[in-house]
Amino acid sequence: MTPEDASLAGLRARAEAAAAALPPLVLARGPVAATFAPGGHGLRRPGIGEDFWQYRQAHEGDTAAAIDWRRSARGDMRFVRDRERQTARTAAIWLGRGAGMAYAGQAGTGETKMGRAKLLSLSLALLLIRAGERVTLLGEPAGTGAAQATKLTAGISMIAPLDHDDDAPLRAAARGAQVAVLIDDFLNDDPRLDEFLQTMSGVGSTGVMLQILHPDEEDFPFEGAVRFQTLGGQRHDTRDAGGLRAAYRARLDERRDALAAAASNAGFLFGTHDLGQPASEALAWLHGVLSAR
Amino acid sequence: MMMLGPIGFATPLILLALAVLPLLWWLLRALPPVPKRVRFPGTVLLKGLVDANPVARRTPWWLLLLRIAAVAAAILAFAGPVWRPAPAPEPGDALVIVMDAGATAGPGWRAAQTRALRAADTALGDGAPVALLLADGRSEGALPFLADDAIAAALRAASPQAWPGAYPDAPDTILANAPEGGLRTLWLSDGLDHPGRSAWLSALLARGPVDVVPPVSPAYSLRMVRDGTQPELELQSTAPEARAVLALGPDPQGIPRELARLEPSEGRSAFGVTSWPVPVDLPPELLGRVTRFQIDGIESASAVVLGDDRLRRPVVALIGQGQATSERQALLSPAHFLRSALERSARVIEAGLNDAIAAKPDVIVLMDRSGLDADGALTDWVAEGGLLIRFAGPRMAADPGLAEEPLLPVRLRPGGRDMGGVLSWGEPRPVAPFAADGPFAGLAIPPDVTIRAQLMAEPSPDLPSRSIAVLSDGTPLVTRADSGDGQVVLFHSTANADWSSLPISGLFVQMLERLVAGAGRATAEPQGQPQGGSWTATDVLSGFGRLIEAPDAVPVAAEVLADGAAPDLPAGIYASGERVMALNAGAPLALAGWAGATVESARPSGIPLAGWLLIAAAAVLIADLAGSAALRGGRRSGRVTASLLVVASMLVLLPTAPRAQVPFGDNGPADQPVPELLAPFEVPQDDPTGADDAQADPDGGAAAEEPRAEVDPDLARAASEFAMGYVLTGNAELDELSRAGLTGLSLTLYSRTTVEPTPPVAIDLETADLTLMTFLYWPIGPDQPIPSADAYLRLNRFLRGGGMILFDTRDADLAGSAADASDDLRRLAGPLDMPPLQEVPQDHVLTRSFYLLEEMPGRFADGDVWVAATSTEAGTVNDGVSPVVIGGNSWAEAWAIDDRGLPLFAVGAGMDGERQREMAHRFGVNLIMYVLTGNYKSDQIHVPALLERLRQEGQP
Repeated sequence: MTPEDASLAGLRARAEAAAAALPPLVLARGPVAATFAPGGHGLRRPGIGEDFWQYRQAHEGDTAAAIDWRRSARGDMRFVRDRERQTARTAAIWLGRGAGMAYAGQAGTGETKMGRAKLLSLSLALLLIRAGERVTLLGEPAGTGAAQATKLTAGISMIAPLDHDDDAPLRAAARGAQVAVLIDDFLNDDPRLDEFLQTMSGVGSTGVMLQILHPDEEDFPFEGAVRFQTLGGQRHDTRDAGGLRAAYRARLDERRDALAAAASNAGFLFGTHDLGQPASEALAWLHGVLSAR
Repeated sequence: MMMLGPIGFATPLILLALAVLPLLWWLLRALPPVPKRVRFPGTVLLKGLVDANPVARRTPWWLLLLRIAAVAAAILAFAGPVWRPAPAPEPGDALVIVMDAGATAGPGWRAAQTRALRAADTALGDGAPVALLLADGRSEGALPFLADDAIAAALRAASPQAWPGAYPDAPDTILANAPEGGLRTLWLSDGLDHPGRSAWLSALLARGPVDVVPPVSPAYSLRMVRDGTQPELELQSTAPEARAVLALGPDPQGIPRELARLEPSEGRSAFGVTSWPVPVDLPPELLGRVTRFQIDGIESASAVVLGDDRLRRPVVALIGQGQATSERQALLSPAHFLRSALERSARVIEAGLNDAIAAKPDVIVLMDRSGLDADGALTDWVAEGGLLIRFAGPRMAADPGLAEEPLLPVRLRPGGRDMGGVLSWGEPRPVAPFAADGPFAGLAIPPDVTIRAQLMAEPSPDLPSRSIAVLSDGTPLVTRADSGDGQVVLFHSTANADWSSLPISGLFVQMLERLVAGAGRATAEPQGQPQGGSWTATDVLSGFGRLIEAPDAVPVAAEVLADGAAPDLPAGIYASGERVMALNAGAPLALAGWAGATVESARPSGIPLAGWLLIAAAAVLIADLAGSAALRGGRRSGRVTASLLVVASMLVLLPTAPRAQVPFGDNGPADQPVPELLAPFEVPQDDPTGADDAQADPDGGAAAEEPRAEVDPDLARAASEFAMGYVLTGNAELDELSRAGLTGLSLTLYSRTTVEPTPPVAIDLETADLTLMTFLYWPIGPDQPIPSADAYLRLNRFLRGGGMILFDTRDADLAGSAADASDDLRRLAGPLDMPPLQEVPQDHVLTRSFYLLEEMPGRFADGDVWVAATSTEAGTVNDGVSPVVIGGNSWAEAWAIDDRGLPLFAVGAGMDGERQREMAHRFGVNLIMYVLTGNYKSDQIHVPALLERLRQEGQP
């Protein structure tokens, strides 16, 4: 990730550009929470909203202005026109911050997984905000509107990789009536992820998991005597890296299967994204799965 | 020592270690190379995977070869290889070491000594007895052949002598103790022939092989072939390259220095020896101070020519007609003119006639004096070879007995002659051109030299021959006659400008120089040969040409001395009474021939190769590092390779690299970032190509450009806007401290007074033009070198011209309570024109020139401060302002501020300390006020009293 991209404005600009290609994203998955925040989802009860809900008889306390005179003129009763109460859905975005997310290939010059994850999450957040949904980073208060977009831009751009490999969403951050969007490479088998997924499904929330991988991690293009290391201190020595390629791919498929199983158990959807593909591909996938009814 | 072709090994056993190289080969091949390191997040997925078919990677052959080569080079190096080592001496039954130990042996002595010690060690190790013959001309009977360490001790104690080398007579007698059988000889020659050498060579060749070791450096010899006012030296050498000759002697301050550097002229070679004449073309006053000539860079007794009476300037005794009583007369008296004319070419003494004769001068000058005794001591002195120069004058003209006056070259008519006076018809007469064969031949006569009055000579047949200068009408101006061995010269005019304008012209100086230069030699001993008496050495030369005090001087007869330096009569300075004579060891050189002997090549034997091999091993190892790093590959390792290479090459180069200089600030304040607080001190830079030049007149424009380029911009600033200066001591820390201190004081002055100094100027005493400075701060450090004589001349001029130096010994008077208690201060300030000093009195101007001060603390509070004593006599310099202030209170440390304007050093403790710092600043303000305003402030002291008096006078 170049410094220009790291800058807040650069990230925002690229995210806006990516989001501009897609229509506003109205969340279709998950429950609608009974919050006071206005939004686009009807609660099937009277309240603040745009759509007509019912005429009811006026009672003491209704102001004269509240009475729908056109309907009342048809009889002796005075009616008040109620609208359907509409609230927003809430999406919580989580980015993995493990040290591996900073991987940008052996040359170290390409885009990092973390950079792609930031771009995707901010684009997604902008799409949601444009649809009036409430968006937040997991564990923080949700909000909507231009102010929240600015806040999220700052929050996402400040996310930096940790100096160890493991990172997982916190179980304590799980809330009901939310759609969680988890973006990570999910390479490390972390029990905290399972706990989180179970807790989310327990409180009735649902979500999406997107695995971002670098082409190196997909293709394993190494040969010869290599000592593999991670920043967190994991190590593997081999004399013949090329000979391990098949075994590595098998392990990777195994891991994806396990992740998909865990996701579907918790009512989540699991998808993968290769850093070699354009970001719009992943964004379109996310848009599709989140807006599908 | 084992020989492999041209290479010898000192410790060949170590070569056995080469046998382990194949083992190393196998070992290195077995070790795998270091794997490539890859940072990869997917490592976790690899956990537990096993290589399906492990590939055995081996070290590449070229890396192996590099490592083997490095180890081999190291093993070879430790075996002590030597390229073409000195051939081992063949064992013989006995060894004689002959060392040339004369005056010419100095340059190569150390090498010869080492070589002799090595040979003696080897021979003693073989059990052969060794004898040592030092060819310094002294024979001590039969040589003892010893087989113990006494030989080594004698070799170490031996040194060359300061007389020409020679071999003792009768080699057979001296070699009487030689054991039966073969006798080897090691002859450490200085390359020159000495008396008795051929006899010894044949005697030694008859007994066995003779190895001759020529000297490592060629022999040089210097001797004086002509003395007098234009001496000439001759430089001889066995080498074809000439060397410069240094003239050494005390400078005007008495400090020994190199006075001149003489370049030899064209040389000529004969029989392997090249001779260069070295004309000593020095001004007389410089020549008079030369104590010795020395070949540059040659440490040998034969390379030194000591100076003595023959080099010194002639002594001229001025005998006036009484003391001048008034200032006006002092400057118009004949003595003043003569003194000014002679001080360059002669040593002038002024005394009464009897005292002057006792001082044995070369020339006696009598000014307008008559009535001399015809048989007196002066007559005898002239008869013994003295030169008497007399000047006419009104007193002589009025003497009625002038016709019978003795000691005159011609008979004079009483009365004299006036030309061009108010009542005379003639014009003042110019001087006629000098005779081509006279003593003044070739001197140019300025047209404005005219003679208004002269003493007339009685006409006589020999008058024209005795006249050496005549006027345009043929009357004599200067006459000369021999008297005994000496001469009498008469100037028919006065030595001052009363009778003629000759004494105020340069011609007068040249005429006197001609006369005196010719005369000084007349009294010297012919050819410098000592005459009678016994002479005692005061200082003698060592064999390396250094002058040392004569250890136990035995008087020698003059006849012995006349033969030159000889065994037990070293070159040096010999004195007999007042007479001083130099005995020199330089003698003509003659190249030695070695028929029948084996001459070693002059090149130092054997080149040790160990060092080069170790360097090669290190280089190979560095290449190995680079190669290994390259094997690991990748971008990161490339950078590692580069840094490894840099580090390794630095390690290799470290011993030869010049010592890195520690940067500590900058000497030039102009280079310093100007702190914000000092922003008003910033000086607008002059534009050298500004409008000023355009307006300058076209003629002077180019000339005005030149000096501007040379002036130090700092000094120019100090001249146009006031700036204080500090003396660079050579100690960077101390200089920085001075700078910070003066910067602090400048700031104080700027904020409190109308004195607005610019940043302080660093003054290098050797180069800076002090005329532009007003005030110098001179901290006395322990290591400061003594400035040159020129620098002291400039400093004295600076002090006389109104400058002030604040000497700060910075020792809180720990060295003592006197003004010059510090050694360093005495050393550095000694050559200055110091007035008498006193402690600052209570009512000194310094205590009230701006602030009223009780004391003058710096960082230390209690030290005394010294200024020039207020003298009562008139004519004190600088209006009575003290040119120096001396103290030890370390003022600069109290004044010093850093770039932010905060004090650099703690002063005292707490508020008292701050008070002391304030007082130190006030002292500084007072000091600068004192420097800049002089005694103006002391006048102000009386203003109230003056006003009071005016009031009283106005009332009635």
